[in-house]
Amino acid sequence: MSDDAGGNGGGGWLGRLKSGLSRSSEKITGSITGLFTKRKLDAAALQDLEDALIAGDLGVATATRLAGSLSDQRFDQEITPDEVRALLADDITKILEPVARPLDIDVNRKPFVILVCGVNGSGKTTTIGKLAGQFRDQGKSVIIAAADTFRAAAVEQLQVWGERAGAEVISGQPGADAAGLAFGALEKARAGGADILMIDTAGRLQNRKDLMAELEKIVRVIAKLDDSAPHATLLVMDATIGQNAHSQVETFKQMINVSGLVMTKLDGSAKGGVVVALAEKFGLPVHAVGVGEGIDDLRPFEARAFARSLMGLDA
Amino acid sequence: MFESLTDKLSGIFDQLTKRGALKEADVDEVLREIRLALLDADVALEVAKDFIERVRERAVGSDVLKSVTPGQMVVKIVNDELVVTLGSDDGGINLVGTPPVAILMVGLQGSGKTTTTAKLGQRLTKQEKKKVLMASLDVYRPAAQQQLATLGEQTEVRCLPAVIGEQPVAITKRAMQMARLEAFDVVILDTAGRLHIDTELMSEVQQVRDAAKPVETLLVTDAMTGQDSVNVAREFNEKIGISGIVLTRVDGDARGGAALSMRTVAGCPVKLMGTGETMEALETFNPERIAGSILGMGDIVGLVEKAQQVVEEEEAERMAKKMLKGLFTLEDMAQQLSQIRKMGSLEGLMGMMPGAQKMKSQIADANVDDKMIAHQEAIIMSMTPKERKNPKVIKSSRRKRIAAGSGTTVQEVNRLLKQHKQISTMMKKAGKMGKRGLMGGNMPPGMMGGNIPGMR
Repeated sequence: MSDDAGGNGGGGWLGRLKSGLSRSSEKITGSITGLFTKRKLDAAALQDLEDALIAGDLGVATATRLAGSLSDQRFDQEITPDEVRALLADDITKILEPVARPLDIDVNRKPFVILVCGVNGSGKTTTIGKLAGQFRDQGKSVIIAAADTFRAAAVEQLQVWGERAGAEVISGQPGADAAGLAFGALEKARAGGADILMIDTAGRLQNRKDLMAELEKIVRVIAKLDDSAPHATLLVMDATIGQNAHSQVETFKQMINVSGLVMTKLDGSAKGGVVVALAEKFGLPVHAVGVGEGIDDLRPFEARAFARSLMGLDA
Repeated sequence: MFESLTDKLSGIFDQLTKRGALKEADVDEVLREIRLALLDADVALEVAKDFIERVRERAVGSDVLKSVTPGQMVVKIVNDELVVTLGSDDGGINLVGTPPVAILMVGLQGSGKTTTTAKLGQRLTKQEKKKVLMASLDVYRPAAQQQLATLGEQTEVRCLPAVIGEQPVAITKRAMQMARLEAFDVVILDTAGRLHIDTELMSEVQQVRDAAKPVETLLVTDAMTGQDSVNVAREFNEKIGISGIVLTRVDGDARGGAALSMRTVAGCPVKLMGTGETMEALETFNPERIAGSILGMGDIVGLVEKAQQVVEEEEAERMAKKMLKGLFTLEDMAQQLSQIRKMGSLEGLMGMMPGAQKMKSQIADANVDDKMIAHQEAIIMSMTPKERKNPKVIKSSRRKRIAAGSGTTVQEVNRLLKQHKQISTMMKKAGKMGKRGLMGGNMPPGMMGGNIPGMR
């Protein structure tokens, strides 16, 4: 958790993810264990099971459906807590597998333009810093446009990440037009033959029509230079978020056609269970998960590992 | 932010009102739906369960069954219970102690601590007339200290100059020392975001607490936090001891169940709420107000409070007298429009009005937004003083000129003039009816910018 980037021991990222998840899964699995030790899968048990899943942020609809599917398979049968966990993990894995897809960089697009958006405090800038580090390690040249011209010191924050990742950061004056800045950055990235351009945007709540229109404008303006851009539009989402995630994905998707999600702060006790419901509802790829503050703490999203960790099982 | 929950409950209560006398089975059905609504609103499961049980105990009883309108009765019971759960104290910031007193800001990453710190600094400076020093203890997130320094410049609140490499406890001591020497009243310590399960960083903030001995330790939480809110509140409270909660991003459309959850498990009040990106957008948390908004009863108190802060009293009185005589010029209208803008976004304002949920969707349809207010202001600004005083002279060529000058269309100019006329007429009528008629009166359609002045 110090400034020293990534790599800080602790049994690999999976271990860290799991230890992070363990708190919430303890809660889920703890209650499941309590329910089923000497118990048939009856209506009351199903209700409690549903509750336990709700407490994991999976949401009422998804929790009900998962509990229902378990009921279809095993109603009125004796069932052990481990069986419940394994069956649920399997079901969740099935939901998540189709969306666990890494971010593909099309090398024919030069630069490959990635627009990064999200609500305030979701972790956009940190995610961009980590992504830039990964791209650098892949031998790609990266330019970052600091299009968050609103928040105090957002540019400076990005510049530090730019230095860490060896990426050039293009910035303007505070309060400058974000779309104009993105446009200029794309011109520059093209002229310089950069492989990837990442555009960091200001955090905005999805119900702020004016700010969402501003985001739309960025997309519109960069399309003037390259009508296929942005080639990826990432919505960054904090794992502590609850059911408002639905509204976020819906609105951002509608306004600027989000192409994938990144879930951050999965190293806490919140586990981002809402991602299961999001996968069912929107089917958007989950490209990566953030598991710490270091530059290497961005990992691919792995459906089975995530599902099993969520249910407190070994990956 | 609570409107989605409001919608749900409204639907349930509609059903209830149609049923006549309330039976126990009805209560159960309704409570099941309320429970789901609460969970959907991110109220933590354990909190929702307790809440439902308390409501059930009260609802299933003779007082409900005897009630003429059972629906209203349950609304009241749910509302009362919400108020109790959210806490009934007014949640003022405690500044009692020998100055300088310290306020410690803690929370997860990205919850809004730094912004809240600056807002609070400005609030205490302006409203409580305190001499405030802010200090950033965030030595981890890049440019965090600079962020607070920049906000300090914007709000004209002093900020402790950062020293490269200095660690949080040392910064704390230096801040308290400087505050003592320069006679500051309050020191606000903005800590780095940390996970409540990160023992190392939690022990760091314990040391900061021991060095500063804060009178207030505020846990800053995002209104969109999910079920984990109870763990966060519990852990921070156990390890550091929190005295209050600040709920941020209340202007979003999150249902904000976290407020209920954290209040319950931490046992300390939600004191403040962040309602926007401007530095003024920090308000006292009022449980009655929020409970009312959960139940769709609007938030008249909040609206009045907010309006009072912005509009100068005398000015308002002068305006009211004028308006009631029907002397409402376009200049007055422009002034009103700019006041509306000062009060915050139109949407935020609308959310506080009773019955506003419905109106909100109408507004969305009519495309009335903050931009439109800006357009209307521009139109009025493009008029000559003579035209503003006497709009009757504005005929077609003047309309064209005004439209060109304000970058709008003649249609928009026409619409504005029509609205102005409607308002003047309404003012005259209202003048005859007395002030009360304005609030409840029917508002002419499609003139949002216009009926705001009537609300005072």
